[in-house]
Amino acid sequence: MLSADQCRSLRCLAEMMIPASAEYGVPSAGDDAIFGDILKSFGRDAGHVIAVLQTLDAMSSGPFADLDPQRRDAIAAELREIGGETLAYLTRIILQCYYRDDRVMRSLGMEPRPAFPKGFEVERGDWSLLDPVRARPKLYRDTD
Amino acid sequence: MRSSVDYEGYAKCTNLGHCTSGCAQGAKASTDITYWPAAIRAGVELRTRCRVREITTNEHGMTSGVVYYEADGVEQFQPAEVVILACNAVGTARILLNSVSARFPTGLANSSGLVGKNLMFHPYARIAGYFDEMLDGYRGPGNCIWSQEFYETDQSRGFMRGYTFEFSRGQGPVMAAVDGMQIGRLPWGAEHHRAYRKLFCHRTGMVAICEDLPEEHNTVTLDPVLKDSKGIPAPKITYTLSANSRRMLDHAVARAREILRAAGAYDLWYEAPIPGGGWHLMGTARMGTDRARSVVNEWGRSHDVKNLFIVDGSIFVTSGGVNPTRTIQALALYVADSIKQPGHAVRLR
Repeated sequence: MLSADQCRSLRCLAEMMIPASAEYGVPSAGDDAIFGDILKSFGRDAGHVIAVLQTLDAMSSGPFADLDPQRRDAIAAELREIGGETLAYLTRIILQCYYRDDRVMRSLGMEPRPAFPKGFEVERGDWSLLDPVRARPKLYRDTD
Repeated sequence: MRSSVDYEGYAKCTNLGHCTSGCAQGAKASTDITYWPAAIRAGVELRTRCRVREITTNEHGMTSGVVYYEADGVEQFQPAEVVILACNAVGTARILLNSVSARFPTGLANSSGLVGKNLMFHPYARIAGYFDEMLDGYRGPGNCIWSQEFYETDQSRGFMRGYTFEFSRGQGPVMAAVDGMQIGRLPWGAEHHRAYRKLFCHRTGMVAICEDLPEEHNTVTLDPVLKDSKGIPAPKITYTLSANSRRMLDHAVARAREILRAAGAYDLWYEAPIPGGGWHLMGTARMGTDRARSVVNEWGRSHDVKNLFIVDGSIFVTSGGVNPTRTIQALALYVADSIKQPGHAVRLR
């Protein structure tokens, strides 16, 4: 769906958005597995993704990925400044694929599994906190 | 609503996470669970992805059916003894206004001129803060506590009616990232990870669902230019946030900040009204006994067209500062019961 240049530009942008971190032991959003997930996850938002990449390349007067790092930073900052709906769609896809990666979930202290069917244990609150509310006079009007 | 116990073949909630994206467990009482299976077992035929162009009427001024387009665009006519609209305050008003004829030149059921007027949303305030302690975050249904401390009118507050606070448990990892990015709390680049870990399972708060008042200048009309792919005129929304709602939002933000601070939150943030709000749609075909001041009667039946009923949020006269779906369901059941009453079929003729 994307041209080779657009693919490189997107990967570059994803890495700029979420770089790898040795401190937290996590890959970047341009990691092979995560980026592969991104490329498969455009769905109905493919048009928005392509629109952003076309804008990016137009702002770069060529493939964004071919710019030097300083120039890329400047263009990316300009793109964020422009913002808009299409960039929001692309950002969501990148974030979605990044934060469902097993390695990233583990780094956050999460079990890398879907919620279903096991679910989660949730601490029960202190329901006695509601005792004063229950003891309060009736608040609502009766219906006619 | 979610089930805390096994109920009619459906398993109880096991805290899968946020309910708004659907429930794999089937414990969320959405209509695909609660109503449609029973209706289909009873013989209802569900036709999906269809678009109604107009409700037709006969020489007696009664509805005779609907003209609609199937998913593939083929036009169909469905004859009907009774037409029941359930398209909420934008969709219902749109269909009624599109259903013009010599007998109903301003739209069906519109002798009062009130079809499409008194559109009410629920302006939302959203307030959040950071907590040092680890929160439940993604574990369990997102909205877990409500407060209606400020729901009823208190003249000393400077506005009519009130609001419900809906407290959030937190967000899942993706939602926390998307939301954090959208509100500018999550940067790109090297600082992203530190900011994310400060935010994830440490940032939460509440929304205030404010009761919008009915005002005739807030309307659904037909767009003079915009049409869908089959040429059906699109709805046009005209809405101004009232001074009353503005004061209510300000009050809600102030109280929420006090609550969050008392709970230990810091770095508080809010937006009021939230920019993407307006999904609760009410008021554009209001119920009443005075046919000059309402669209449907106390049975949800059109004053003008005896075999036309409405069972959605458009028949609300006031909006209530609370999610409207349960009230819509109650009204739908009430209207259905009234249609089933002995003698009612005779009154339709």
